Amino acid sequence: MVSSIPKDSQSVSELQEFYRQMVLIRKFEEAAAKAYSVGKIGGFLHLYIGQEAVGVGSIAALTPHDYIVSTYRDHGHALARGLHPNPLMAELFGKATGISKGNGGSMHFFDKNAHFMGGHGIVGGHISLAAGIAFASKYKKEDSVTICFFGEGAANIGSFHEGLNLAAIWKLPVVFICENNHYAMGTPEYRALAVKDVSIRAHAYDMARDHIEGDEVRKVRDHVKVAVERARRGEGPTLIEVSTYRFRGHSMSDPAKYRTKEELEAYKKKDPLMRARHELELGGIKPEELDKLEIEIQTQIDEAYQFAETSPEPPLSQLHKYVYAEDK
Amino acid sequence: MAILTYREALNRAMVEEMEKDPLIYLMGEEVGHYQGAYKVSQGMLDKFGEERVIDTPISENGFAGIGVGSAMVGLRPIIEFMTWNFSLVAIDQIINSAAKMNYMSGGQFPMPIVFRGAGGAGGRLAAQHSQAFESWYAHCPGLKVVCPATPKDAYGLLKSSIRDNNPTIFIESEVLYGSKGEVPEQEYTIPLGLGEIKRKGTDITLVTWSRALSFAEEAAIILEKEGISVEIVDLRSLRPLDENLIYESVKKTNRAVVVEEGWPVAGFGAQISHLIQKNVFSYLDHPVERVTQMDVPMSYAANLERMSLPSANRVADTIREMLR
Repeated sequence: MVSSIPKDSQSVSELQEFYRQMVLIRKFEEAAAKAYSVGKIGGFLHLYIGQEAVGVGSIAALTPHDYIVSTYRDHGHALARGLHPNPLMAELFGKATGISKGNGGSMHFFDKNAHFMGGHGIVGGHISLAAGIAFASKYKKEDSVTICFFGEGAANIGSFHEGLNLAAIWKLPVVFICENNHYAMGTPEYRALAVKDVSIRAHAYDMARDHIEGDEVRKVRDHVKVAVERARRGEGPTLIEVSTYRFRGHSMSDPAKYRTKEELEAYKKKDPLMRARHELELGGIKPEELDKLEIEIQTQIDEAYQFAETSPEPPLSQLHKYVYAEDK
Repeated sequence: MAILTYREALNRAMVEEMEKDPLIYLMGEEVGHYQGAYKVSQGMLDKFGEERVIDTPISENGFAGIGVGSAMVGLRPIIEFMTWNFSLVAIDQIINSAAKMNYMSGGQFPMPIVFRGAGGAGGRLAAQHSQAFESWYAHCPGLKVVCPATPKDAYGLLKSSIRDNNPTIFIESEVLYGSKGEVPEQEYTIPLGLGEIKRKGTDITLVTWSRALSFAEEAAIILEKEGISVEIVDLRSLRPLDENLIYESVKKTNRAVVVEEGWPVAGFGAQISHLIQKNVFSYLDHPVERVTQMDVPMSYAANLERMSLPSANRVADTIREMLR
């Protein structure tokens, strides 16, 4: 493991905060997986475990008035945005206290106040929505930047091309972040991508590009920050490909037999959490301190689980509510 | 009272609304420099500039998505599809994004967006450019579906659609763009979900919308000479639907025919027919009938196109048969 040692107390505390967020995501999802296996969570459950450094690093490059558009694998992005685990877990349980009042579920976390513009379930469909949010920022002459997460599978759908082309010709303040975890459900990238490096497609739109490994959280933050600042200066969008890996299957129902144990083990050695912990220790943080942090987070997750479990289901009167918005 | 064409009425509605609200913009292929493929946006680029009348490349899925995203953060887009035939490549954004955004977010994201453009069949445009899709969109909860038949209605309904906080499918009739009618000079709106009796009668109710109104009106004139009195209900919007207007008319006439431009199978007329038999069954003296486009893609050949489309004669024949 090549490690970068945090140089000063500021970068240590920064990394410690990133570590806290990544552990929060991991423990949140481990609890969700447990709840799913005993039938407390229904539908699809796509876990982010292994990819934490991408969401945490990217979102750390934003200000609170920037916007985030996410995919069906949205738990990590929502937690990295700072959303409280209670309403997120409650959403997974389909409860009235959920972040989308139980109407959304795992794939549809939304928080308007936090500018968390949704998890979206149709692969790639949300790429042009992100361009649209960026379009609105430009239209209203606000300096917000939108970042849009998607997988390498989404890079093959028409919406990717149309969204990037429109964003490029209009120089919209948006950063497209391709989280390449190398499998679109069960289809490996070599069977789906004519050109393996998704970021190279930026050339087709005369767009800035970047390509990074996604296991080092501060590196992700630094690279995304460059793109966010470029967008904020009005210099247009960037396509960033972040190479990462999901340790679980595509969803809870996927045993992931299409990949080898050796491959999984090799990636687990690059676990972004392990890496960050190692770097923190090199930076002078005692292991006991990190253990304590993990216990605190586990307590927080246990509380979220409890909150979700004891929250009421949505009232039946909600069934017909929200189909249409109230009049202007 | 001014005499305006259907396209002029639509243009006036958009211009007036955009003058009032800077959050409204118009986007689509050729809406700006070309002045609109069907000239509905004529003159708007000069008036509002390129920031608000925005030409796009050919990429319906992309710019429909831009519209939806921008509506999530408070803009009020009018997205023009050059024709509704092309909307099919954007249908994911319309149904999976626009129609469901407010619901799946638990009410956090109203969707004040209008998708509008030319629809309907005819003009020898053949299979891919000649079809009526209102039934497809009316199928989906979360959308409003508006189909005006006259310049007066087009103006009032478009203004209401623009002001609505929900995604509205506003289907203009390509064949009617040049048609003329009286439009009051005073500003007005027509609430979505309010149909209108376009002609009073006592023997039979024709339920219709958009261009099919002209077939119904023509048939009513033919039948009047034969002593048959036809009442015409113009729904104007399919979602929301003015159900009571239909029922009150059927209670009076005891017979109903739905006249529509679209295909028969799973068409909106089937829904209306169901509602009538479900809610005013005891008033019916005859099963509800339908006059639709034939159950085939549109042919280019002039005679086959004529045969495929609904017509006044087919409406009149259906009614004569029902009254025999």
